[in-house]
Amino acid sequence: MIEIEGVTRRFGSITAVDDVSLTVDRGSITVLVGTSGSGKSTLLRMINRLIEPTSGRIRIDGRDTATVPGETLRRGIGYAIQGHGLFPHWTVARNIATVPLLQGWDAARIDRRVADLLALFDLDPAVFAGKFPHQLSGGQQQRVGVARALAAEPAVLLMDEPFGALDPIIRAKAQGDLATIQRRLSVTIVLVTHDMEEAIHLGDRIAVMDGGRLQQYATPAEILAHPAPGFVERLVGGSDRPFRLLALARAGDAAEPGSAPGDPVPADASLRDALAELLWRGTDAVAVAGPVPRRVTLPAILAHAGRR
Amino acid sequence: MRLAALIARLTAIVGLAALVLRPQWFRGILEPLTEHGAPAIYNQGDLLQLTLAHLALVAAATAIGGITALVMGILVTRPAGAEFLPLSRSIVNIGQTFPPVAVLALAVPAVGFGVAPTLIALILYGLLPIFENTITGLREVPASTLEAARGMGMGGWRRLFWIELPLALPAILAGLRLSVVINLGTATIGSTVAAKGLGEVIIAGLQTSNTAFILQGGVIVALLAVLVYDALGWVERIAARRAGRAAA
Repeated sequence: MIEIEGVTRRFGSITAVDDVSLTVDRGSITVLVGTSGSGKSTLLRMINRLIEPTSGRIRIDGRDTATVPGETLRRGIGYAIQGHGLFPHWTVARNIATVPLLQGWDAARIDRRVADLLALFDLDPAVFAGKFPHQLSGGQQQRVGVARALAAEPAVLLMDEPFGALDPIIRAKAQGDLATIQRRLSVTIVLVTHDMEEAIHLGDRIAVMDGGRLQQYATPAEILAHPAPGFVERLVGGSDRPFRLLALARAGDAAEPGSAPGDPVPADASLRDALAELLWRGTDAVAVAGPVPRRVTLPAILAHAGRR
Repeated sequence: MRLAALIARLTAIVGLAALVLRPQWFRGILEPLTEHGAPAIYNQGDLLQLTLAHLALVAAATAIGGITALVMGILVTRPAGAEFLPLSRSIVNIGQTFPPVAVLALAVPAVGFGVAPTLIALILYGLLPIFENTITGLREVPASTLEAARGMGMGGWRRLFWIELPLALPAILAGLRLSVVINLGTATIGSTVAAKGLGEVIIAGLQTSNTAFILQGGVIVALLAVLVYDALGWVERIAARRAGRAAA
């Protein structure tokens, strides 16, 4: 758990982060969203003290971060940045081993960990361990960057625009992989992005920042349905808001007993996908896969698409 | 292309070895350049010993100057040392613009004749390329790389030795290469203050109007410079590859 209490950071006369308080639950993904200059990256970098707060307090699992030496603190927190920041003169294996080396792990344990992480990220250790970063594709570099951040089994992972340099198709895949890995390792993730779509897709909770202030901190559904007036409302108020809401709900959650013709959709498909399927087939109900016959109907979908 | 370069390289090595070890082979070429039956082949000392002394002088000057320039370059790129950049740059620039001959003239009264004044002149003369290239190399380390290093908990020393210096190494070596080649040529003036080196051959030729000696000394120095330049270029390419940049 990360507790941020009344944190402010000034650079000269500019207040980059202005009295922000929020609590990040253990094992959740929290996304900081905002435009450039909103203070989201500064806030993130204050969590591992790359930037020292001017005032306020940050606690990780109850311990005040100001009481830990900065380098020790950072070795215990994963950190992944845009453009991956891999060390170009080190192999993939050595890059991933960075923090374990700093923490003084023995060689056998490091080798095991590197192989495990490469496998976890779908990179064959025999092929990739000895490669240099410039021999990898953008997507592979990004995965190695995240693997490196997770190498020393941190409880907290900070990510600054980790998918910013990827093209849209690879980005969607990388986002999906991150969600999967986060569930498997139950690491607490704080991720910075300027992309609201990404925030809604990945975040358990979203913190919207503007002008250094926290505008709203809530679940994606709450932010879409009840955006705070002003900046947040403008940010999410586009015509695709109903579809974003539908993308958050699962077909299984809106299903009712009953049957419908055609192939069933998976229970964990989003309602957005179910609606697309429904429109495509020209029917008003579609079956949901499961042990008992279930279906999701157009009225049930529409009930999820609007302000409740 | 590669074959041509290899042949040129081998020719230079063989030519140098012959000039130093078997100078009498060149009697036929050099004889027409002499007058009044003067000797065509340098006869006042062992060319191999002079060559080794010359190389040792340049190596010592480059080692001392290189380490000095490297340390200065590292210091002025640290936040705490940034204010010394203009001062260091001025000192190094003066070292480059002040003629080595003038340095010799000023140094001899202070430290006497021989190797010492020559070393001082060469060290001062060779600082600039290494200093400037160290600064450039360190500044060109990508900000995201340094940010990642800091974010993973590397301290200042680790960042310097694990990340910054290895990535700056190709640029530093390029500076070193330039410095070595400049000093291989410049070291010949050391012979005017009795430092052992290939300058002796050239100066002996100048004093006796013996073009054969001048040519002999000049060609040996030139071949040394070309070969050392070539060899250091090869080391530099290996370093660049290891720094993760595709070799040009």
